[in-house]
Amino acid sequence: MSTTANTADQLSLSRRSFLRVSATAAGGLLVSLYFDLPLVAQEAGQPKPKAYPPDAFVHIKPDGTIVIQVNRLEFGQGVQTSLPMILADEMDADWLHVVAELAPAADVYRDPLFGIQMVGGSGSIAHSFQQYRELGAKARALLVAAAAEQWKVPPSQCRTEASVVYGPGGRSAHYAQLANAAAHMPVPETVPLKNASDFRLIGKKTRRLDSRPKCDGSLKFGLDLDLPGMKVALVAHPPVFGGSPKSVDDKAARSVPGVADIFQIPTSAKGTAVAVVADKFWTAKQARDRLRIDWDLSSVERADSSQLWAKYKQLAGTPGGVAVARGDEKALDGIVAGNLIVAEFEFPYLAHSPMEPLNTTIRFDGDRAEAWAGSQFQTIDQMAIAQVLGLKPEQITFHTEMAGGGFGRRAVPDSHVQREAAAIARHFTGTPVKLVWTREDDVQGGYYRPMHAHRVEIGIGADGMPSAWRHVVVGQSLLMGTPFEAFAVKNGVDETAVEGIVDTHYDIPNLHVSVHHPTVNVPVLWWRSVGHTHTAFVMETLIDELATRARIDPIAYRRKLLKPDARKLRGALDLMEEKSAPWRAQLPKAHAVGVSCHESFDTGVACAAEVSVENKRPRIHRVTVAVDPGVAVNPLTIESQFQAGVCFGVSQLMAKGAITLKDGHVEQSNFDTYTPPYISDAPVAVDVHIVPSTEKPSGCGEPPVPVISPAVVNALSHLTGKRYRTLPLVTV
Amino acid sequence: METYTLTVNGQPKQVTADPGTPLLWVLREDLKMTGTKYGCGIASCGACTVHLAGVATRSCVVPVSLVGDRPILTIEGVGQDSVGRAVQAAWVSEDVVQCGYCQSGQIMSAVALLKSTPKPTDTNIEESMGGNICRCGTYVRIRRAIKTAAQELK
Repeated sequence: MSTTANTADQLSLSRRSFLRVSATAAGGLLVSLYFDLPLVAQEAGQPKPKAYPPDAFVHIKPDGTIVIQVNRLEFGQGVQTSLPMILADEMDADWLHVVAELAPAADVYRDPLFGIQMVGGSGSIAHSFQQYRELGAKARALLVAAAAEQWKVPPSQCRTEASVVYGPGGRSAHYAQLANAAAHMPVPETVPLKNASDFRLIGKKTRRLDSRPKCDGSLKFGLDLDLPGMKVALVAHPPVFGGSPKSVDDKAARSVPGVADIFQIPTSAKGTAVAVVADKFWTAKQARDRLRIDWDLSSVERADSSQLWAKYKQLAGTPGGVAVARGDEKALDGIVAGNLIVAEFEFPYLAHSPMEPLNTTIRFDGDRAEAWAGSQFQTIDQMAIAQVLGLKPEQITFHTEMAGGGFGRRAVPDSHVQREAAAIARHFTGTPVKLVWTREDDVQGGYYRPMHAHRVEIGIGADGMPSAWRHVVVGQSLLMGTPFEAFAVKNGVDETAVEGIVDTHYDIPNLHVSVHHPTVNVPVLWWRSVGHTHTAFVMETLIDELATRARIDPIAYRRKLLKPDARKLRGALDLMEEKSAPWRAQLPKAHAVGVSCHESFDTGVACAAEVSVENKRPRIHRVTVAVDPGVAVNPLTIESQFQAGVCFGVSQLMAKGAITLKDGHVEQSNFDTYTPPYISDAPVAVDVHIVPSTEKPSGCGEPPVPVISPAVVNALSHLTGKRYRTLPLVTV
Repeated sequence: METYTLTVNGQPKQVTADPGTPLLWVLREDLKMTGTKYGCGIASCGACTVHLAGVATRSCVVPVSLVGDRPILTIEGVGQDSVGRAVQAAWVSEDVVQCGYCQSGQIMSAVALLKSTPKPTDTNIEESMGGNICRCGTYVRIRRAIKTAAQELK
């Protein structure tokens, strides 16, 4: 029993979308938004989805609970709270009875801009703000229409608040009472959205919906999944990417009680690995430790960090593929040595190391399969599993599991974890198998932020400002060879390697940026804030150096150099200056302040850090951050993202904050050798200030990361007089 | 395989396991108590922290055979007393968690700290929480929540 009303939707973002409402068998209203694949995906030649699956965005239950589906992974960034806030605000839903669920893989949940279901590019709120507002407003309109019809009054005489419709004469009805009738109302083509002054949730500091179960151990992450009869798989990967076993002696491994099977599977790097399947994790681990594998590494390239540095440094001295050529290319030639800065930078490979180790569970049932994964890329991972199992994507039921961090590591274009899991699950028809990557597998398993070398030559004008800037970047391309290549690789230049330089808001009249993308046998992947991880460091430490040489206050220097239209950065810089002024004026002895500002993902950020040196390490006493993210949907989430995101950025400065390779082998294996910040490495206090704005919201997941390491290092330079151009920061 | 009787959150629990199996995996896989997390397996991240006879302990490196009759307190049971409840409440009111995966261990370490040091200084906090990694980086709010809980318990 369901009634369907399909209506063309005229609204901007979802111009090819259809809203469908239906009553559920148990009573209640389901509101679903269906849309044709967005333009981006269609232009890429992807096939249109055949059927609209029966998934809803809003479900009003008879008991008054309002379940809102979140079309993205929650892995700390807070969308499981802020997307429902947006919808609930327009719907006037009672926030105390809103429940959020992570949606499974389905076409309706694709990102309206990117055309696949994903989290990335700090786009969750930026891309779904309008979508969730419209959904909420339409749900509200249906409920109001139902009440108005019952009361025989015009809808305009009704108002709504906290899941109740109020009409003339003191009448009122709860949404739960109206849900069935609302399901039979015609869906309005367009609905007015609230004025910002009428927001009840948007803009209000709102605590997370998922705190309690994350504080009492009851929340189940993907790794916590327990299904009847489930087995656990571990994989012995080749010690060099792309290697394969010459021979496998698994006699001792098979003798471990509880081992189900041991067999070979392909790896993403065109090698072969050995999978061990057992009743439990610890059994599988014991068995894997007892495998004796003679690896054939004869035909694979053995990457070596020190050799790569030598090669990268040489490449950086030669022009690469042109990313930007503005002004006079020969402008540097006339600059005298005293007015020239030549700076070389080195950035190592970085692992993401989310706290929850990578995992995926799959049950293969012959003609279909069910998968569970904390995935940033549901659409792509679902397709990959289908491909390995010889099925169609729609034959894979793909559950989005809550994930313990990700930072890009769960957005993998080749879906290598899901492919391994599927290759293993094929052997166990009808039995769920959970593939677990141990921490060692994760640290040694590749998919790193690539190594980069930068070489920058700057000519300084008479006013102390950069008059000419020649910049060469060397690093593996993230996007070449992936489905995203067509969007962001132009003329052999991967835009993600030069973002933050080519689009700098500093007014540099003669700017020439070029890129080399060497091919290296190390899988690489975006790491929270992508290219900005290294470009912001280069730009913001050099700008600081220029300010020092010009004897101009670093904030004033930046303000002078920023283009007049760099509104978000200017606003953030002004606010940061104001809010940090009291403590900057009273720095204790042997403390220094370092500043930086950087725009990424359309969000302007400025940062000041108070730093001293303790035990030859930077001690970060305080950080003030100012941010312009457009409309601040949940200022509490934004504050948290920036407080914690700057700590994530400090990873780059950790003494053991690098992945290195020797003769093809990764030299680090766990947190003892690749060490993220502990509490004493993190800033002691971080105050976050939001620039008031009525502009559409921009991202807040990644923009905290780029600003912190240059700010800290700039402070160190003020303390020590040294320049820091090689990361990680082994000694100060 | 050996059979052990463990006292977990005040309840006797019988498990049959290889003596070398870390307590972490006995909790997670035999007792199906998944609130205690696997993060590194080498006692470097603290995600697996439980209290063993009141002492914050990395369960990933304690073989089940060495637990003996020491009572085990996990995140599932930490709210049984006032300190645990206060810490959990402070974690919620200060909106500490992000991904949340490390927070079971953070809370167990914080509860152990407040039980021994009711009014912790920043130095006490850094020492007691110094082995717990939060990859999201929620340390600023962890500090604040510990102080809030300490205040509540006064």
